[in-house]
Amino acid sequence: MLRIEAKGLTKVFKSYNSRPGLAGAFRDLFNRQYRTMRAVDGIDLEIAPGEIVGYIGENGAGKSTTIKMLTGILMPTSGYLRVNGMDPHREREKFVRTIGVVFGQRSQLWWDIAVQESFTLLKKVYRLTDEEYKRHMGHVIEVLEIEELLTKPVRKLSLGQRMRCELAAALIHNPPLLFLDEPTIGLDVLVKLKIRDFLKEINRTYGTTILLTTHDLSDIEALSSRVVMLDSGKIIYDGGLNELRTTWGSEKRVMIEFTEPAEVEELERLTDTLPVTWQKENAVRFRALFGEEDVAVSDLLSRIISRYEVKDISIEAVSTEEIVRNIYQEGIVNV
Amino acid sequence: MFSMYAEIIRIRFLTMLAYRVNYYSGIIVYSINIGAYYFLWNAIYGGQPSMGGLTSQQMVTYVAISWMARAFYFNNIDREMALDIKEGKVAIEMIRPYSYLTVKLMQGFGEGLFRLLFFSVPGMLLVSFIFPIQYPDSAATWSWYLFSLLMSFVINTQINLITGLLTFFFYNNEGIMRAKRVIVDLFSGLILPISFYPEWAQEILKYLPFQAISYLPGMIFTGAMKGEEIYSALLVQSTWVILLLLPAWMMWRYARKSIVIQGG
Repeated sequence: MLRIEAKGLTKVFKSYNSRPGLAGAFRDLFNRQYRTMRAVDGIDLEIAPGEIVGYIGENGAGKSTTIKMLTGILMPTSGYLRVNGMDPHREREKFVRTIGVVFGQRSQLWWDIAVQESFTLLKKVYRLTDEEYKRHMGHVIEVLEIEELLTKPVRKLSLGQRMRCELAAALIHNPPLLFLDEPTIGLDVLVKLKIRDFLKEINRTYGTTILLTTHDLSDIEALSSRVVMLDSGKIIYDGGLNELRTTWGSEKRVMIEFTEPAEVEELERLTDTLPVTWQKENAVRFRALFGEEDVAVSDLLSRIISRYEVKDISIEAVSTEEIVRNIYQEGIVNV
Repeated sequence: MFSMYAEIIRIRFLTMLAYRVNYYSGIIVYSINIGAYYFLWNAIYGGQPSMGGLTSQQMVTYVAISWMARAFYFNNIDREMALDIKEGKVAIEMIRPYSYLTVKLMQGFGEGLFRLLFFSVPGMLLVSFIFPIQYPDSAATWSWYLFSLLMSFVINTQINLITGLLTFFFYNNEGIMRAKRVIVDLFSGLILPISFYPEWAQEILKYLPFQAISYLPGMIFTGAMKGEEIYSALLVQSTWVILLLLPAWMMWRYARKSIVIQGG
């Protein structure tokens, strides 16, 4: 059974335009101009048990709307959707017992009371026995190192502390499917690392399927092998992170530092038979961009060494972030 | 199931305890209200033995018990819901395996129970030292009253749920919530017993749910209603409990379909 199966999933929002000015506002009272927006536009998605999938896209691409449909909060406008074998919106109360959700920007703990009181309530909400709770949560609390935070009210926790407690709260009933909507937003590196390690561990021990949205691509690099990329409500890429790199990050770059100032024109003249373009960083630092993969760096060096003295060279790897930025800028779909 | 609601009530107790200042200031505000109305009604009666079916002694009791009952049935569930909806917190409620409306009702009940035990009961004792309060003399009247009080809580909370749900449709219903508060205080008979209203107004108010919140239980407590009258009052209350279920449930169903989560 697939954890998530969506076919042609679509969500259309109706919103209204405000007319400008006082007269416009007055006209809006009687006659509103509506406009529809396809926040999620016919996406197909299949996620198998045990997968960790990164769901990325720019602000407003429709990530959160998708998550809200998958978790049963929003009703899809059209399309087929089964999550854990159920219709999330129609069978909400039964369905939500089988998922865990963390919204990075919203707390699901009760603000004014101690963390453990929230946990006790959630334990009752999910009808867990004391034994089940102790066995599972004892471990979660230990790994996330939140033991000493349990007696503090949520409002007194720092963001990193709160986030670890949120994660524990979402996993209290040990769900087979976990949704994380920007779980590491605003966290420092250490907390991020701790959360990533923890997610990897529960994926390994319980086979928990994880779907996470994030702006921080290093989260995805650390956790998942599969990426789903969304743009204007449509999936523009669905596949492995490595394929994404090899298809889009193949461009080789070499940063060269000379001992004395050089000229771009001169460098271009020296390498005019090679598929290389030059960028000037400053008077002595230049970047060579390779148009083709199989040009040897030594070939390039041998040509310029005759004219300039090279002080230092470094070969730059293209980061995933740059790849993603390029894809969005070029707006390509031909993967 | 039951233990979950018990837990929700317990959590509300804890939350109330977290804000002690609210608790103390509430006691002062309610005492001032009861005191002010006591002197006001004394002046209005001015030696007359009976007005609007209440003796001056019954009137004092009515005022005191109405305010103390208000501490129990009153809650800000509508405001909390409006906030949940405006800030998009309702999304969190929807990923939990429970009914949002029942949970809100139970939170209100926890709040009401807290104030009943730590506020109304000691407050009533305190007030009876200062003003001449007449307590019901039979256990039957007491139990009818408590049953009636429970229903007044349910009716008031149902009205609050409906008002809160209106936020889904208007996005900002601060005005409606304020209007509702004044209407409930006025038409429920808290400020002025219904029997003091002109005939035509009484006739209209008979068909509204508000009298079931304060007037009916208040009249049972003072002993101004007896026998048959008590039964018909309880019947009116239970009819409203059932009637108000429908709009609350339908609005929630519709809201869930057309829901838009604010703020991403």
